[in-house]
Amino acid sequence: MGNMSEVVKKCVNNYQKDPARMLDVIRDVQAELGQVSDAAISEIAGQMNVSSVDVEGVVTFYHFFSKDPVGQYSVYLNNSAVSVMMGCYEIAKAFEKEAGCKFGEVSSDGKIGLHYTADIGMNDQEPAAIINGVIFTSLTADKVKAIVADMKSGKAARDIVKEFGDGKNQSELIKSMVKNNIQKKGAVLFAPFSPGSALNKAVSMTPDEVIEQMKISNLRGRGGAGFPTGMKWDYTRQSPGEKKYIVCNGDEGEPGTFKDRVIFTEIPEMMFEGMAIGGYAIGADEGLLYLRGEYMYLKTYLEDVLSKMRQAGTLGKNAGGKQGFNFDIKIKMGAGAYVCGEESALIESAEGKRGEPRNRPPFPAQRGYMGKPTSVNNVESFCSASRIILEGGEWFAKMGTAQSRGTKLLSVSGDCKKPGIYEIEFGTTIQTLLEECEGRTAKAVQVGGPSGSCVDKTKFGQRICYDDLATGGSIIVIGQDRDILQVVHNFMEFFEEESCGWCTPCRVGNQLLLHKLEKVMHGHGTEADLKDMEQWCVTVKSMSRCGLGQTSPNPIYTTLKNFRGIYEAKIQKGKDFVSEFDMAAAVKDSCAVAGRKPNVEGH
Amino acid sequence: MSKPVVATTSLAGCFGCHMSLLDIDDRILQLIDLVEFHKSPVDDIKTFSKMCDIGIIEGGCCNSENVHVLQDFRKNCKILISLGECAIMGGLPAMRNGIPVKECLEEGYLDGPTVDENKKGARIIPNDEELPMILDKVYPCHEIVKVDYFIPGCPPRADLIWEALVALVTGNELKIPYEVLKFD
Repeated sequence: MGNMSEVVKKCVNNYQKDPARMLDVIRDVQAELGQVSDAAISEIAGQMNVSSVDVEGVVTFYHFFSKDPVGQYSVYLNNSAVSVMMGCYEIAKAFEKEAGCKFGEVSSDGKIGLHYTADIGMNDQEPAAIINGVIFTSLTADKVKAIVADMKSGKAARDIVKEFGDGKNQSELIKSMVKNNIQKKGAVLFAPFSPGSALNKAVSMTPDEVIEQMKISNLRGRGGAGFPTGMKWDYTRQSPGEKKYIVCNGDEGEPGTFKDRVIFTEIPEMMFEGMAIGGYAIGADEGLLYLRGEYMYLKTYLEDVLSKMRQAGTLGKNAGGKQGFNFDIKIKMGAGAYVCGEESALIESAEGKRGEPRNRPPFPAQRGYMGKPTSVNNVESFCSASRIILEGGEWFAKMGTAQSRGTKLLSVSGDCKKPGIYEIEFGTTIQTLLEECEGRTAKAVQVGGPSGSCVDKTKFGQRICYDDLATGGSIIVIGQDRDILQVVHNFMEFFEEESCGWCTPCRVGNQLLLHKLEKVMHGHGTEADLKDMEQWCVTVKSMSRCGLGQTSPNPIYTTLKNFRGIYEAKIQKGKDFVSEFDMAAAVKDSCAVAGRKPNVEGH
Repeated sequence: MSKPVVATTSLAGCFGCHMSLLDIDDRILQLIDLVEFHKSPVDDIKTFSKMCDIGIIEGGCCNSENVHVLQDFRKNCKILISLGECAIMGGLPAMRNGIPVKECLEEGYLDGPTVDENKKGARIIPNDEELPMILDKVYPCHEIVKVDYFIPGCPPRADLIWEALVALVTGNELKIPYEVLKFD
């Protein structure tokens, strides 16, 4: 294993043995060796002078790291709800047929590994997969055949892509088949923007004036929770300490959202500038963009944007032309973990650890990245901040509703003719949106992704805003022919998988809920089971440690409310208990290995 | 008025819950005044000969016999109580649930470190028809039959068992201090 040791040495030295770069080290080792074996784990631990358990903890936490070989070509096919609607499992069959191995396996020659993964931010062009970091969208059985043939002939994944998407997806540094699908442009995000202008204006004001404009605008966090941005910046500014950080949460992992992908591709300058404005406001000299591992294909391009911004004087020493304001931005890559969208988990991950949420308080504004006061904001929030500086807080506050000012990017997918990005004014009704995206025949709309709520037809008059239906932007249209319980089941499987496991209500509760749901789906449910589910939903929501568990029962919780008839139709009425236990199935394996005939009479 | 009739059994448990029941010390004299025991290891009555009011189950179901006994209890008891971690969640025996039963049996009877080296080739996995059949995993009781009450703990404290039983039999409200219900 001399080679392994050399590879580890090289990767470790590339990052100066800095434990905060643990994810980068592991990613590089994985890329070179195709796995991070136990031997590699102890080698990394030895060379970086940390414990093996810490390294193993990181390797096993993230989807894109693996102790077992993932194949020379590692195919990660998205099996989230919309991908399934669009035929994910047909595509999976095609992959299995062509590659000669099953999902969860690597082909016998070690060349192709087939894996499922959670949402990859391509819901408007499913089924989609990531192969060695390269995105493949709108897959069909024919495309799969061609892709596998190319992999077998040894082509680099990047060279397998033949057609490119629209806009900057075609640029030399991206060259991706991903499409932007911008369906509707609004006044904040997709209005013309001249790079450099927002920061120049911001630094002509005092930091307090910048924060004041944010407060006047009433901008609320665009990730979904809706915390007022001005207030967050103010808290962070007032926290004692010389060193502060501004962090951009680019981990959009809520199944159904892909708005940040489009911002990264088309208007990254506006976002980075927003970070610089935030940095100026809170008194930070460093910004971090935490980019989800799925968007690795955008990293080189974004690095290039940053370097051009440095050349233009927008970043770096005396940023935006302001004497003494030195501000620069680094990109940190994630490695596939939904919970890292939670800000304290994101900070842990950015520090090179497992992405487990922290206890709060202290809040990141008090002790965040590297223990320093940190403001973590959404990608879209930073873009909005740039616009607010240019147009003024009052201009921004004129749009939207009482509690939700400005515009919001919606990621629309599912059973509609025009999936993609819609920049809408807050207060738009579901019905209006359905007409715009041509999804009029919907029987339900999932607003806010799995952690949001499933809205039925009678409530399509509800408005998208914090006062009514809050959302980080994920809108999934569910058509007439869909089985809602299948969608709910997909969402619950997702949460069961993505729970970090730290607290019991979330780790165990989601699993119990999933099993109970399956019991009902199998026709073994009773009225008592529905009551149990309702009760358990409340327990998990109220007792979990972070936002994941506090919202994970929502698929069941909201459909039990809005679509109770679907559950009622599945249960056995008038019975107080039905067991799922099947004696014949339960004793089959043990009897086989003992060489005896099962005797299950009377069961 | 006749006394309420109680039956108890230990399935895939360690009898620790029954031991804990005996930990009620001199209150056992009050218990005898309060209830009559029927099928139970306490008095060694082997079969049901009448309908019981309360059935107390220790342990989950790891084999076919456990399932039969549990179903028999459900049929013959008006109220069924899962007593302790194993009955409620599978407990320690359920640690095998993540391992295929084939591997467990092979480790136990063919390849494990306690298997006599010299006789390895001659070993078999027991297969007598009289033996209960091993289930693919350990099941909590409430997945097999309807369970009415759960008394948690490993084992549940004697005080908890006592208070719960007395409350159930007398119809009084169950008042238990926090310390008796917290487990770590």
